[in-house]
Amino acid sequence: MSRIIQFRQAVAEAMSEEMRRDENVYLMGEEVAEYNGAYKASKGMLDEFGPKRVIDTPISELGFSGIGVGSAMNGLRPIIEYMTFNFSLVSIDQIISNAAKMHQMSGGQLTVPIVFRGPTGSAGQLGATHSQSFESWFANTPGLKVAVASTPYNVKGLLKTAIRDNDPVLIMESEQMYGDKGEVPEEEYLIPLGQAHIDREGTDVTIVSFGKILKVVHAAAEELAKDGISCEVIDLLTVRPIDYATILSSVKKTNRMIVVEEAWPLGSIATELTYVVQREAFDFLDAPVRRITTADTPMAYAPTLVEAFLPSINQVIDAVKGVMYR
Amino acid sequence: MPKKKVTKAVYLKWYEDMLFWRKFEDKASALYIQQKIRGFLHLYNGQEAVLAGALHAMEKGDKMITAYRNHVQPIGLGEDPRRIMAELFGKETGTSNGKGGSMHMFSKEHHFYGGHGIVGGQIPLGAGLAFADKYKGDKHVTLCYMGDGAVRQGAFHETMNLAMLWSLPVVFVIENNGYAMGTSVKRTANHEDIYKLGLGYEMPCAPVEGMDPLTVYNAMQEAVDRARSGEGPTLLEIRTYRYKGHSMSDAQHYRTKEEVAKYQEQDPILIVKKEIEDKKYATQKQLAEIDERVKSLVKECVDFAENSEFPKPEDLYKNVYSQEDYPFIINN
Repeated sequence: MSRIIQFRQAVAEAMSEEMRRDENVYLMGEEVAEYNGAYKASKGMLDEFGPKRVIDTPISELGFSGIGVGSAMNGLRPIIEYMTFNFSLVSIDQIISNAAKMHQMSGGQLTVPIVFRGPTGSAGQLGATHSQSFESWFANTPGLKVAVASTPYNVKGLLKTAIRDNDPVLIMESEQMYGDKGEVPEEEYLIPLGQAHIDREGTDVTIVSFGKILKVVHAAAEELAKDGISCEVIDLLTVRPIDYATILSSVKKTNRMIVVEEAWPLGSIATELTYVVQREAFDFLDAPVRRITTADTPMAYAPTLVEAFLPSINQVIDAVKGVMYR
Repeated sequence: MPKKKVTKAVYLKWYEDMLFWRKFEDKASALYIQQKIRGFLHLYNGQEAVLAGALHAMEKGDKMITAYRNHVQPIGLGEDPRRIMAELFGKETGTSNGKGGSMHMFSKEHHFYGGHGIVGGQIPLGAGLAFADKYKGDKHVTLCYMGDGAVRQGAFHETMNLAMLWSLPVVFVIENNGYAMGTSVKRTANHEDIYKLGLGYEMPCAPVEGMDPLTVYNAMQEAVDRARSGEGPTLLEIRTYRYKGHSMSDAQHYRTKEEVAKYQEQDPILIVKKEIEDKKYATQKQLAEIDERVKSLVKECVDFAENSEFPKPEDLYKNVYSQEDYPFIINN
């Protein structure tokens, strides 16, 4: 049986189910308890689990991220919420130098089963500091696992898996998805990390994307279908480790690939996918791989500039037609 | 909780431990010059009383975490010193199988949680260890060490606030050896009384004379008791001195030889030895036997490290993740 719920409820269900299952799991972050979450993604959790396990913090991302890592070194399984990953930058040393390295530096003596989660990317006209995507930054770091959800269904399954994982995992969401509705089973399910999902099967072009910008991709694929162009849309879901096999087998079928990513172009996930496809499927390509990313600038405030910054449906349509030579 | 007695046995243990740590570090220094030990090497010489005094205040299950001047702490807590020397050599028999090196020693079995290379980065981790003990209802205390340089990091201040807010069972121990690398304390703030940083957080705080393990022990026991009884953290500024440079590559132009010599007159090992002699806790012959034991254990450590193997190239991929079949990217 399934029902239609909001993305924020799927997040709360994932955390609540795992907290009922394991008393060492706790949630910590700004406004997670009494305020019920800045985006209501932990609604009702303080009432159920109490202040020992649903913990409001002052605005001290560095401090509470490090306390989370230290508590994981001593047997707990924290979920650290960032109001947005834009704020994770003041704690990035704790994620990169401590969480990601501890197992290796201690020769396997210590594990850090921690989840860092929160929204990534842009969320309207918020200007430069609140509109950044750091998926590729974190994905660059060995020791971390990084997943980016796109639906209520997959955020719940990925988050539950992440909480049970013994390595540090980042789960990225979006302020603009918390109100999205989608089908979520009543019964328990998990989605493994490192497996992409084929959202839409197609034969002409492979479009790889992840996170909320997939909505742009799906809209473009619908439009293109009207023109008789069949797009295969792959939701990467996890950006470390990446499911290269699913992408390669799709590209070997369609012979064309486009990557759509809400992030700056240099050193992006798109760049990595492009490298792997030219290395592993060079002879299968009928056109150069194209990528659509944000502009190579900070995001700006004015609506015209936001539109100019973000990947658009028209850009995707044009790129697909480009690689189809149409 | 009444203070523990500082008996003849304690003094003799302090003497043997501190002498061993000193000789271990001296040997590491010599081996560094011979290029048997590589990377950076930060030595504990001169600061031994800070560790010896603290260990006497700790109970089983209590935890310790520190920065990168960290070779002798796990030894003091019970780790096999041969494995620490092997780690310095980068051998697979080392505590981190050659993955950590000088700055990243760990001994989970003996409750030593590192060994951290980023100044101040370990401070919230120490509070996190304490957070977990409190969460689980364990009555353990964490001693979270840092240098005088680390207190100028934001990590220190955020952690001080959170530790007080949540009344965590942690003792913050600042080993003020006078210099953050080559920058003296007085060049890093408008006042030199680091312990006063606790006042703004209403954290109990005090300066402690750090060349005598007895004064360190007395202050530490009070702080540890406070943490264990649920009354929260303490900030201790322990005033000590390092005889060696910040690391092996430090030419030490920022201080005079006379300054170093002045501190060496109040050497912690000499202080303890004098007490042993004054109280007639041991004969000269017994002290000489200790010296011999220390010398031979240091030799054992070096032999063990020398005779161990380096890790194999494929070990690079071990323990990066706890997931055993993690699909690493391998360029082809």
